[in-house]
Amino acid sequence: MEFFIISMLNGLSYGLLLFMLSSGLTLIFSMMGVLNFAHASFYMLGAYVGYSVSTVLGYWPALILAPLVVGAMGAAFERMCLRKVHKFGHVAELLITFGLSYVVLELVQLIWGRLALEFKPPSVLEGPAFTLIHHSVDGLRVMWGAAPAELCSAADAALRVVCSPFPATRAFMMLIALVMLFSVWVLLTHTRIGLVIQSALTHPDAVEALGHNVPRIFMLVFGAGAGLAGLAGVIGGSTFLTEPAMAATVGSVIFVVVVVGGMGSLSGAFLASILIGVIQTFAVAFDYSVATLAQQLGLQLSEAASNNSFVKLTLSQVAPILPYLFLVLVLIFRPRGLLGTREG
Amino acid sequence: MKFAFKLVAVSAALLCATSAMAQKGETVKMLRIDALSGLLGPVGVNQQKTYQYLAEKFSGDSNPAGVKFEVSFIDNKLSPTESLNALKTAIDQGVRYIVQGNGSSVALALSDAISKHNERNPGKEVIYINDSAVDPDLTNSKCSYWHFRFDADTSMKMEAMSSFMEAQKDIKKVYLLGQNYSHGVQVAKYAKETLARRRPDIEIVGQDLHPLAQVRDFAPYIAKIKASGADSVITGNWGSDLSLFVKAANEGGYNGKIFTYYTAAAGTPTALGTGGAGRVYQVGVGTYNMGGQMEKWMKEFNAKTGGDLTSVQFAHIFSVLGNAMAKAKSTDPVKVAAAMEGLKVKSFNGEIEMRKTDHQLQQPLYMAVWQKTDAKNAYSAEKTGMTLATVKEYPNYVSSTPTSCQMKRP
Repeated sequence: MEFFIISMLNGLSYGLLLFMLSSGLTLIFSMMGVLNFAHASFYMLGAYVGYSVSTVLGYWPALILAPLVVGAMGAAFERMCLRKVHKFGHVAELLITFGLSYVVLELVQLIWGRLALEFKPPSVLEGPAFTLIHHSVDGLRVMWGAAPAELCSAADAALRVVCSPFPATRAFMMLIALVMLFSVWVLLTHTRIGLVIQSALTHPDAVEALGHNVPRIFMLVFGAGAGLAGLAGVIGGSTFLTEPAMAATVGSVIFVVVVVGGMGSLSGAFLASILIGVIQTFAVAFDYSVATLAQQLGLQLSEAASNNSFVKLTLSQVAPILPYLFLVLVLIFRPRGLLGTREG
Repeated sequence: MKFAFKLVAVSAALLCATSAMAQKGETVKMLRIDALSGLLGPVGVNQQKTYQYLAEKFSGDSNPAGVKFEVSFIDNKLSPTESLNALKTAIDQGVRYIVQGNGSSVALALSDAISKHNERNPGKEVIYINDSAVDPDLTNSKCSYWHFRFDADTSMKMEAMSSFMEAQKDIKKVYLLGQNYSHGVQVAKYAKETLARRRPDIEIVGQDLHPLAQVRDFAPYIAKIKASGADSVITGNWGSDLSLFVKAANEGGYNGKIFTYYTAAAGTPTALGTGGAGRVYQVGVGTYNMGGQMEKWMKEFNAKTGGDLTSVQFAHIFSVLGNAMAKAKSTDPVKVAAAMEGLKVKSFNGEIEMRKTDHQLQQPLYMAVWQKTDAKNAYSAEKTGMTLATVKEYPNYVSSTPTSCQMKRP
């Protein structure tokens, strides 16, 4: 049971991190129709800028400053590059973000080096947020913070006690993502600027005719999207690793999230992030393969077949490719994504 | 007459001496093809500094041949394809001693390419010095005359590890975790084999292979290991794959034993901290506290670079090369390769031998445990205040394992 809870929380926290990234991406896409290839690069920039700021000012200022810096960079990129190529159509916009991702990668390697940095979370976030104590007689209970050692070891050899701590960094990651989700939702649906953004989404000409500066709205949305990615970067970089390949590893997964969730749908992105996070985490735990499936169905496999390396592949081994498999399936059977509204 | 005889004798001796030292003063260019960037980069960078440091220590009069060692480096990003390109560049630059270690996948590709190159280009032969790739195939089914291994292979390490585990009666359930490539697969295979032989009562409760240098988050694996009820984990992981694993193990509250190959490799001691005290073991060709010359080097290296000199087998490389070049009276790879076969050398931890049948260095192995520094084990690993203390030493004749190598000699 504690295995299920801990795995579920691991999956949810990873999914929420993915959502922090993909929300910005999907926001930009729904607004401007630009598929931002450099989005994961802003995530990486967030981690690196956060690292540099935290070495001078500490972690908490970095958590606020880094997203602002990255957001400003995003807005500047939109203002100076993306807007210039806007008139050449979507292909040019796509290519320029594609180029930006390479430029950012090389710049990061030039400035911060090719090796992983040690970006440590503050001491408040070190250690567990809570501990699940599973006692074979007393059952399961939750305890805030770290559990004392005597609670985790059974005095009697017949009793079995298992303590499963849940790291505070992950709990913090979930908290930030939920706060972010809520504030983005409030901003978009309950404020004036949100209304303008939503209407600029579908009827930019009408919004412009009413006297709003649509290009500036685009710039703000792009900057905000990049800033959200930067925020995710500070948290992701300190929880996992800050290194030059971090953009490439999440880059492909967030595209899966956006496509599976439905292009431009914020709620779809949320659903898909959680789904992919949980599926990927749980897949690691299962050692089922085609061979065990056949066994359970009562099929007798021949010697050669059961030694076939494909048949022996377990679900935990294929866990890393599951999101992409999911992407292909969604594109075949539901091209508009889970909650998307437009076709293809 | 007597004087004349003496003169002749002296001049003859002098002549012998000069002809014996034909290689004296020559520069031996070596090139290491290894990962200097990416997730596994820190290990390669630490080893690069180790080579630069040791090459200086062993050059000139410090080796019997009196040659100067010069090591340069190419980053292969851990890719066999990039390594083969680097090999071509190196050969074109006139380098005749190729060094590589991290990644048996790369080692297998290089060994094969170098054998083919030497067959096709007589007079331009290249020697392949393998400093850490431990896939047993390299000195068994896929052995090559031009390949010389200075680390102990998985069959040797697992033999030592399992004989240590044999005496640990509290080990009942073991989990195998490895990187999904030749090395991880071999570790799991030999772990199963040796444990079945020595401790048939031990149950293997699970086995996992994860992608090499891809996993950032080991928490799901820790949850799975805990759920399996394993009291010990055996892993051949190295670099970030070990650092992140032990970090997740600390965070996830896993409190069983962890048996490793590479606890001392750059980055892992910091990730471990005081967390794994008394529970994390390493089998290897050295520890932090070897005494004698090696301890002096480690201290000086640490003062100079801030890192730990943990790839102690690199010192064996220079000892063996220096002696072989003195024996061959040349730095020509063909003669040096022949001289290295069966060569016995006194190194920093006793006599080592480059076994003739398979070119696997025979050397002592050490089983060590992660603990606080004390009077006997004083070296602080990555300034954590922790160290690896030897719990058992396996001399050459114990650590040695048989080979099936049928080498094709030129």
